[in-house]
Amino acid sequence: MGRGGATTFQQDLSQSDLIVIMGSNMAECHPVGFQWVVEAQQRGGRLIHIDPRFSRTSALADEYVPLRAGSDIAFLGGLIRYIIENHRWFHDYVVNYTNAATILRDDFADTEDLDGVFSGWDPAKRSYDATTWQYAGMDVAPSAGQRDTEAAVGETHGSGGAQLEHGNPPQQDPTLQHPRCVFQVLRRHYARYTPEMVEEVCGVPREQFVRVAQMLCDNSGPDRTSALCYAVGWTQHTVGVQIIRAASIVQLLLGNIGRPGGGILALRGHASIQGSTDIPTLYDLLPGYLPMPHAGHYENLAGYIKHNSAPAGFWAYMGAYAVSLLKAYFGDRATRENEFCFDYLPRISGDHSIYRGIFDMLDDKVEGFLVIGENPAVGNANSRAHRLAMAHLKWLVVRDLQDIETASFWRDSPEVESGELRTEEIPTEVFLMPAAAHTEKSGTFTNTQRLLQWRDQAVEPPGDARSDLWFAFHLGQIIRAKLADSTEQRDRPILDLAWDYPTRGPLADPDAEAVLAEISGYDSARRHISGYVDLKDDGSTTCGCWIYCGCFADGVNQTRRRKPGRQQDWVAAEWGWAWPANRRMLYNRASADPSGRPWSERKRYVWWDAEAGRWTGYDVPDFKPTMSPDYTPTEGSTGPDALSGTEPFIMQSDGRGWLFAPAGVRDGPLPTHYEPHESPCTNPLYGIQANPTRQLFPRPENRYHASDGEPGAEDYPYVFTTYRLTEHHTAGGMSRWVWPLVELQPEMFCEVSPALASERGLVHGDWATLLTARTCIEARVMVTDRMVPLRVEGRLVHQIGLPFHWGSRGLAVGDSANDLASIVLDPNVHIQEVKAATCDIRPGRRPRGPRSTSSPAAQVRTTEERA
Amino acid sequence: MTATRATSSAVDLVDDHAAVPRVGFFTDTSICIGCKACEVACKEWNHVPHRQPAWSGKSYDNTGKLGADTWRHVAFIEQRRASGPDQVELAEVPHGAGTSEGDARLVTPEVAAWLETPDRSSSPPVVDPADLRWLMSSDVCKHCTRAACLEVCPTGALFRTEFGTVVVQADVCNGCGYCVPACPFGVIDQRKDDGRAWKCTLCYDRLKGDMTPACAQACPTQSIQFGELAELRGRAHHRLEQLQGAGVAGAQLYGADENDGVGGMAAFFLLLDRPEVYGLPPDPVVTTRDLPSMWRAAAGAAAALVGAVALAAIGGKK
Repeated sequence: MGRGGATTFQQDLSQSDLIVIMGSNMAECHPVGFQWVVEAQQRGGRLIHIDPRFSRTSALADEYVPLRAGSDIAFLGGLIRYIIENHRWFHDYVVNYTNAATILRDDFADTEDLDGVFSGWDPAKRSYDATTWQYAGMDVAPSAGQRDTEAAVGETHGSGGAQLEHGNPPQQDPTLQHPRCVFQVLRRHYARYTPEMVEEVCGVPREQFVRVAQMLCDNSGPDRTSALCYAVGWTQHTVGVQIIRAASIVQLLLGNIGRPGGGILALRGHASIQGSTDIPTLYDLLPGYLPMPHAGHYENLAGYIKHNSAPAGFWAYMGAYAVSLLKAYFGDRATRENEFCFDYLPRISGDHSIYRGIFDMLDDKVEGFLVIGENPAVGNANSRAHRLAMAHLKWLVVRDLQDIETASFWRDSPEVESGELRTEEIPTEVFLMPAAAHTEKSGTFTNTQRLLQWRDQAVEPPGDARSDLWFAFHLGQIIRAKLADSTEQRDRPILDLAWDYPTRGPLADPDAEAVLAEISGYDSARRHISGYVDLKDDGSTTCGCWIYCGCFADGVNQTRRRKPGRQQDWVAAEWGWAWPANRRMLYNRASADPSGRPWSERKRYVWWDAEAGRWTGYDVPDFKPTMSPDYTPTEGSTGPDALSGTEPFIMQSDGRGWLFAPAGVRDGPLPTHYEPHESPCTNPLYGIQANPTRQLFPRPENRYHASDGEPGAEDYPYVFTTYRLTEHHTAGGMSRWVWPLVELQPEMFCEVSPALASERGLVHGDWATLLTARTCIEARVMVTDRMVPLRVEGRLVHQIGLPFHWGSRGLAVGDSANDLASIVLDPNVHIQEVKAATCDIRPGRRPRGPRSTSSPAAQVRTTEERA
Repeated sequence: MTATRATSSAVDLVDDHAAVPRVGFFTDTSICIGCKACEVACKEWNHVPHRQPAWSGKSYDNTGKLGADTWRHVAFIEQRRASGPDQVELAEVPHGAGTSEGDARLVTPEVAAWLETPDRSSSPPVVDPADLRWLMSSDVCKHCTRAACLEVCPTGALFRTEFGTVVVQADVCNGCGYCVPACPFGVIDQRKDDGRAWKCTLCYDRLKGDMTPACAQACPTQSIQFGELAELRGRAHHRLEQLQGAGVAGAQLYGADENDGVGGMAAFFLLLDRPEVYGLPPDPVVTTRDLPSMWRAAAGAAAALVGAVALAAIGGKK
């Protein structure tokens, strides 16, 4: 949709007439935010939960829909077809605010024409040339960020928005009848996603599917709105980006984006995951979703800016954002003459994501590894491969609250127990650096709804524990001191950094407010900047992250505001600060009709005040504040002025919500149902079984299973899906050492249906061993009706639920579910598929102790013999 | 407010004319999401010691019941609606039945029946998801109007606070344990290591500081509501009407009636099924209710005995 964040905010769920939670277990993983779901229900709103497992979220739902893991696009595609074929789409919204009317090129071919791939498919490279996906008559748009084929495109510009070469509108047919207009292409693409097909693929009875579709349509339109909530149940698939694209199409067709009670709420994994993509810990992004420069792609700063900015919309000013960032990094050293030190930025040359990195470690290509606030030995897919990989490092630094498994793999991992790794033979020097907890440091979290919330330090950290800020700052100081006398050019980037933060307190902790103020930005007179429209590309402004610009406006820490919700309306604009520009809802101009009036009295949010000549409403308008609804751009208009007064999607260069993505997505312009990489079922829709562009790493440490129809598939007949429990936090570093939490969920368990238990002889409360080609783990058996076997393609598909919190350390120990998973990734964002894979399950505990062989296959045999 | 009093001699009843209004909890289980934040907040605030962790296999409940070291407890009840309102008990299939391993195991009655079909050629029975219901409810000390624990306490360690709540003073309790069998709900309990009795204080220390009790403060969905009892009861009746209007069969209040066997509870509940389903006694009665009549009967018996002895003595002189 154009920005890397939820379009709405959790409090706004209270305004929803219907909330659909899919790919998320919100009540368990976001219990605090779930209060607004409950509030919506108490106001008469309804809740539908669609999930492979009946969870605590399902318990509160008005309708629970069990779904086969990994069949989400078939379900959402079914909704798209239902909406179109039953004429339930919001006509005026779709025609005016989406690219439904835009005409596509005549050489575009759909998956319906090519049995599962789009035009441009290169089977040898396993990738697409996206040229034919473009709008008719437009020049080929460079994909945002000029990424190389290995690098992610998904997060660039927050979406990978393609850039039309000029701001002129593309060819359109507002009657939506043209056979090559997006609407007709969309209709044909989903023509076979019938309720019967949904039943066959997803295991959802057609009557129930139609009931859900009707509820969604009945609760959408001028007078009513529905919201969609998702989390990692959608992202952790080889088709994760496309599932979310499918949800955007549903919400755009129903007119639910940018309107109160509507939207798509991306529920993030933990406290500041949103923040860690805004000011990224990702290898391919710079702060504010600016692309990391690629080796060989840009000769200079001007080339980088030219290729990555857009002629229309707010990306037109990308140069101002990039130069202000360079000024924040390099201060007075960054001058117009030296291109603001653009050459100092590192360059990427391919996929440098963590999973690629793990295999490079195994191949001895990586010497050192810094792990901060993560526990990959428990939390990452195929965590066993991570432990084996870390034994190839020269050094490893782990910063955490506890001595977690990532820091202790060399002495107590399952591989040490089995003899596969021998402590005395591991060369890795491990440094465990104790970290300060959130109560022991000041700073912000950026939450799931782009909201920055400041917290003050309550106590000093104990012993040697220090904040991450302290660690980064003083590490930099030490390195700079060591290099101080260097005359090498390669050391200049580090020596020329503006690295001068004031410190405070007995531990010389850098002042976090000084860092936040730098992120917010200064003008040449060191005055705080109030918003990103004031940023310049001439070096007169500094800003550490353009989307956060203004969070320290007027010298006030805006993120520290805490006016209670009961003292303001539900938008709560004076609590914390949301990017961009304290907007709580993105694209909120769409809450008004093309003429600027609210679509209905009941759903008014932002509207045009003709008398005042301004947009106004409950929220900060996400639109140029004085642009009248009847404004039309003239030849030569640029930036936001190149979009008309009726185009709300201001980050897209055509100003419209994209039903069809002409660029920016690596695996196709329209979401298409592919089976998970490991699946017990055949794709009944196409000859192509799984996402053809998925990222594969076939290696001995990462063996894959055969899928349906292939020899060997019967060895792993069951589907497993991983999940979290309310009582624990992700890989457990913050919860498995806390007695009151350990008491509540003390052991690893697996959830199976009574039917599967009887099929495999599993005893409730006893142990089971779960097997994949990667390894085997054991878990206590929970036989429960909440796991519902599904009838798919004429047979029963069993699904097994696995919480993934446990490891070899802490007050409660247990095997790690992620050991079972393989590393197979979404091609856009390199996210692992752990929400749908195959396994076997047998009664009894796994083999333990030293073994003569280390191969998982031998473990499998041993276990099978015991079973 | 007029509490119905079972006896006129009861001590430490709620003072209807107290300067401080009586407070309590209204736990609306229809919006409980089973997050257990109440259990954690209670333990952290009150420094309640942890128990030896053990996985129970009873749904998501691993603390089992209220006790000396569990002052808030969230119950999880998995149900099939079509099978009746009560919880489906898993049946134990005997050794030899079912698959070749011949292990005993717990399955639902439908699966047990399927296992007994001769060749099991049919697909195993699958539950209709629409039938599934997962009830969650956070239990706590009821702070009864007629609190038997307090009435039997010989040391005065248990007392009625100015807020109408019932609290144990740890420094007075001598560990006699009389209160434990006196409680009709099985709430109050002795700690193994020190022998003293412990239970929810309704965060007496927080109340004195004008703060909300820890559990209610932590509850994200306002399933646990704290406030003045009279106001809470009004709120509960309103919520009940709302649910009944929405066709939620089985919705009922528990402990909100001051004419019940304990004179009403300061911590009362909105349940979605019968109390027994949640492990609550359906008709709790203050265990000291019959004490006066028992004493009267005992006195009568003693008098009769004395009389009989006297008669015997007189008769013996004959």
